[in-house]
This record gives sequence, C-alpha cells and structure tokens, in this order.
Amino acid sequence: MSIQNKVVTHENLLNFLGEIVASGKELYAPQRNGLKTYFQPVNNVQTIVFDYIQTTVSPKTLVFPKVERLLSYERDGKKIQLIDSSEQKQAPDRILFGSRPCDAAGLQTVTEFFRRDNPDAFIQRRQNALTIISVSCTKSNEYCFCTSVGILPGDTTGSDILLTPIENTRYFVEAMTEKGSVLLAQYEKYFEKSEAIAKEQYLVKVTKIFSSEEISQRLTEAFDNPIWKDVSLRCIGCGACAYVCPVCSCFDIQDEGTNKKGDRLRCWDSCGFSLFTLHTSGHNPRNTQSERWRQRVMHKFSYMPEQFGMLGCVGCGRCSLSCPADMNLKEQLLEIAVKVETI
Amino acid sequence: MQVLQQKAKELLESGKVQVVIGYGEGTGDRVRPLFARTAAEVSKLVWDDRCRQNLAVYLNKPEIRKMGTPALIATPVVVHTVIQLIAENQLKIDGVLTLVVENGAVQELNDKTSLETYAESHPVVFPPFVKKEIRAIAEMSLQERFKFWQDEFSRCIKCYACRSACPLCYCERCITDNNQPQWISTASHAQGNFEWHVNRAMHLAGRCVQCGSCTIACPVGIPIGLLTIEASRIVRAEFGQQPGLKCDAVPALSSFKVEDTETFIK
Repeated sequence: MSIQNKVVTHENLLNFLGEIVASGKELYAPQRNGLKTYFQPVNNVQTIVFDYIQTTVSPKTLVFPKVERLLSYERDGKKIQLIDSSEQKQAPDRILFGSRPCDAAGLQTVTEFFRRDNPDAFIQRRQNALTIISVSCTKSNEYCFCTSVGILPGDTTGSDILLTPIENTRYFVEAMTEKGSVLLAQYEKYFEKSEAIAKEQYLVKVTKIFSSEEISQRLTEAFDNPIWKDVSLRCIGCGACAYVCPVCSCFDIQDEGTNKKGDRLRCWDSCGFSLFTLHTSGHNPRNTQSERWRQRVMHKFSYMPEQFGMLGCVGCGRCSLSCPADMNLKEQLLEIAVKVETI
Repeated sequence: MQVLQQKAKELLESGKVQVVIGYGEGTGDRVRPLFARTAAEVSKLVWDDRCRQNLAVYLNKPEIRKMGTPALIATPVVVHTVIQLIAENQLKIDGVLTLVVENGAVQELNDKTSLETYAESHPVVFPPFVKKEIRAIAEMSLQERFKFWQDEFSRCIKCYACRSACPLCYCERCITDNNQPQWISTASHAQGNFEWHVNRAMHLAGRCVQCGSCTIACPVGIPIGLLTIEASRIVRAEFGQQPGLKCDAVPALSSFKVEDTETFIK
C-alpha cells in the first residue's frame, strides 16, 4: 500500500491518544516509574513520557509475555479435560505508542521467529490485534548502535504508523500499513494532510561503527577463539540482557499443578543461565559462562542470519544498559571485528 | 589510585597473587569489574565513589579460581562479605588477599585478625536514600507493605540478576532451579515472583551483609535489598548476631543446639 503522509500537533496527538483510551482500547505507552521508563497501560495520556531514549524493558512483552498459559487440564477419575488456551483467549485490541524504530523492528523479528514452521497461535493473534505507533529518534545515547545492524533512527520497518518530531512541536506522520491507515482515518480530525517531508534533518545521527555482515562472517570462524573467555570474565550469568532484549525469544515450558488440575506455562528463558542447556543425563554442553556468552553473541549475529536470514539484534543497547557487570555488546562486537581477524 | 595500582603491580610481580580483582572504566561514566593480570591491565584500575558492585561475587567463579590466588579490592562491606564467606566455609582465609584503601594508603588484610578488626571499625553505613526507604516501609501497615511489595514484584522479570550479583547466593544449584520437586514456581507470575523473593530473603536472613548489590543489579529497579536488610535486622534482634564480623561465626539460621526446645529438631 502507498504511504499516507500527515502532520499532527503535540496537543492533537494527545487528544488522539485520549480518544483511543476513551474508546476502551488498551493503549500502552512509555510511562515513568522511579528512574525507569516502561510501556504500561495508559489511563491518562498526561502520564505518557516523551523524553526517553530506550525504555527499560522492550515492548516484546506485548506479543510475547514473560509468562502465559498454553493449556489447562482437569482430571476427574478417568475423565480428563484439556482446555486449549489458544482457542479460549481472544487477544484484546491494543495500541502500542512510543516504540522506537528499533523496537518495532524487534517486534517484527519476534513475530517472524514465531511464524516459522508451526505458526504460534498465541503470538500471531496478539500481533494481529496490535497496532504499532512508533516515534523516530531525535536523541541517542552511548548504548545505541541501530545503524550498525541495518536500522535507521527513522526506520518505518515493523511500525503501522511512524511519527517523526519536526519543528513547532508537531510530528510528521507516516501510515505504513492498512492497520495504520484505518486508525488515522478513524481519527482524521486530528491530522492534517501533508506532503512528504524530508524527515532525516530531524533525526539523530547514529554513527555506523561496524558492518553486521562482516561480524557474521568473522563469527563463522570464531567458535574456538580464546576471545570468549576473556570478554566474558565479568559476566555474572543472570538473564537481564535476554529479558530486556526486544528480540530474544527463548522460552521454557513449565507444568504447574497436581495430578488433578494444573496449567502448562510458557516462560521466558535465557542462554545466560547454567540450566539453559543442562541435559537430563547431567551433561551440559555449555558448562562455562564463556560458552554461554558466546552462544548469545553467535545466536544473534551468526546462527540467526544463517538460519533465518535476519539478525537477532536491533541495536537498542538495552542489554548493555541493564547489565549489572557492564557487558557492553557494541564494544564487544567491535572487538570481535578487530581481534577475530587475526586467528 | 596510583597507590592502588602500585600495590597491584607489586603483588603481581612478586607472585603473591595472580590476579587483582578491581574496577576499571566502563561505558559512559560507569565502572566495571576488571581482572588485572598484567602491568597494562593494572594501569587501568580505578578507585572512586562509583565502585559499588560487590566484587566478592567473582571469588568463587571457576574461571577466576583457575587464575590462582586473587587480590580483591574491597570497600568496607566487601570486607564483611569476605568474612561471611569464610564463616560459611566458602572461602579459605588464605584464598584471597583483601586490599582496602585507608587514608590514601593500601592495606593488606591477610589474616583473621586484620579482617575482623577492619570490619569492626568499618560498620555498614546505608546511604541516606536507603535509610529513607527503610523508614518508609517500617511506617507502613501490614496491608500497605503487602501492597508495596505486590507493586514492586509485578515488575520482576525473573532474570535473577539479584541472585547472580549476590556474593552470598553461591549455591551451585539454586532452590529455584530444582524441579523434582519444584519448590518454587519458575514462572514470573505474581505467585512465582513472591515465592522467589520471599525465599531469597529467607535464605539470606542473618547472612546478608547488606551491600546492596542485588538492588543495584535489578534491571527493573526493585529495592530487593530492603527485604534482606529487614531479615538481618530481625536475626540481629532475635539472636544477637550480625553477619560479616567474625570468621568463625556460626550463622543463626543454619545451626542448632541439642538443648533447643523446638521439637522439630529432635
């Protein structure tokens, strides 16, 4: 479909979002909690914050929640009743506002990941019911490296609507999908028609510091490189990086209950944990933290491109920002680009 | 800083230690753990107010142990941690050389007496904001407190950064990683989050040295340390015991006396 261009004032943007809330649809937008910013349900649009760079946790929770029930069972004598949660649950219509272009790209990767082989009904339904209104970046910080992984601060990939802040507290609006156009049409009184605007002048410049193709290429040779031991020494083996990541999609299936009644749950899991690859036999193919760290980097920059033709990283920098030991992915990728060459 | 670098250099050159665990510059204005084994690495050591991560967490890491004897650059609360790890048989007194900076000079704490004397004269001091938080919770009614933790735990994503950052969470297999039986739900729903945090607080009751590393590590900003601080207060009040002061202390909740009146022990 062709792109629809409009302009909206900040005031009308809030009116528009306010009407969405009033209509009973769920609106998720960045809101402050202490020093952190989260995508949370909005009751009052005045609580939405606009001056964040990246939220603490990515919006992937909206399609891939940290825990969800896949099915329930109940047993009464010989009668067993299975309740398939995927058929029972109706995903609510949701609007995500304020995702960054990297977030939207991450959501697309997660959705694509769960669409392969057996399309995952839970994720698909949530994705279908989700309209994504992203806001381009006019600021960045030392953790950002989107341009090195092929995403731009004004990228429209994955967004239904993209807003770019321009002068006089207005936004240039691009509707990218039918979902986006329908939403704009519904509230068209708030939006003015516009010619295409060269939005690049308003965007932050994020310097491209490495080529992801080059990194992927070098990683194919790097499995046995001693660099992993060195760079992972300070990793304490938690799952913070994976859980704040907009792309990480590993999960664990847990059964909770008794032999009479219970639930099967899907929970986030992280390759940083020692239990992640532990076999029933007791053997663990990734017994040390360096092997686990290597897996994390390899999966994102070598295995995913090889298997799926897409990177497992959108360069948002959340993993490094939230790491208690300051493991900085951007820095380590640069180091790999330099050091692995010489093996 | 220079005295610290000088000391680290001497220790490595003399062969007394094989690695100096300290802090180096990190991303932006952060510092990060640094494992100095060469002169070049020693020159990167920094020492200032930003050095708050409890580096004792690395003492039991297999990769670090393989390096040989470590020197550990310690804030007062890290000295408490070293003592507590010794008391809990996780560390031998000669398994680490603890270094503290006092009045611009570096001191080596290499035996029981020097560690204990230092710890005794350097009690844990909470920053003002922690004192404020402790006071605020103490003033809450039980219902308010429950609501407070409910709200806080709702953000928990079960990344276990609190566990990983804690030098006293050293179990090779954490209770939450056991699934036969499944003591604690691994799911990050309301019940699972509560079970995890309450269990963690109970396991650290009277053992937590109150370094605050768990709170600092939490990516979603839950003030988790307040739970173990409170648990430590109760153990202090009930058993008169304070962790991190005596190398041969027997932790109150992991010991019993035959003359104890509780029947479940017999």
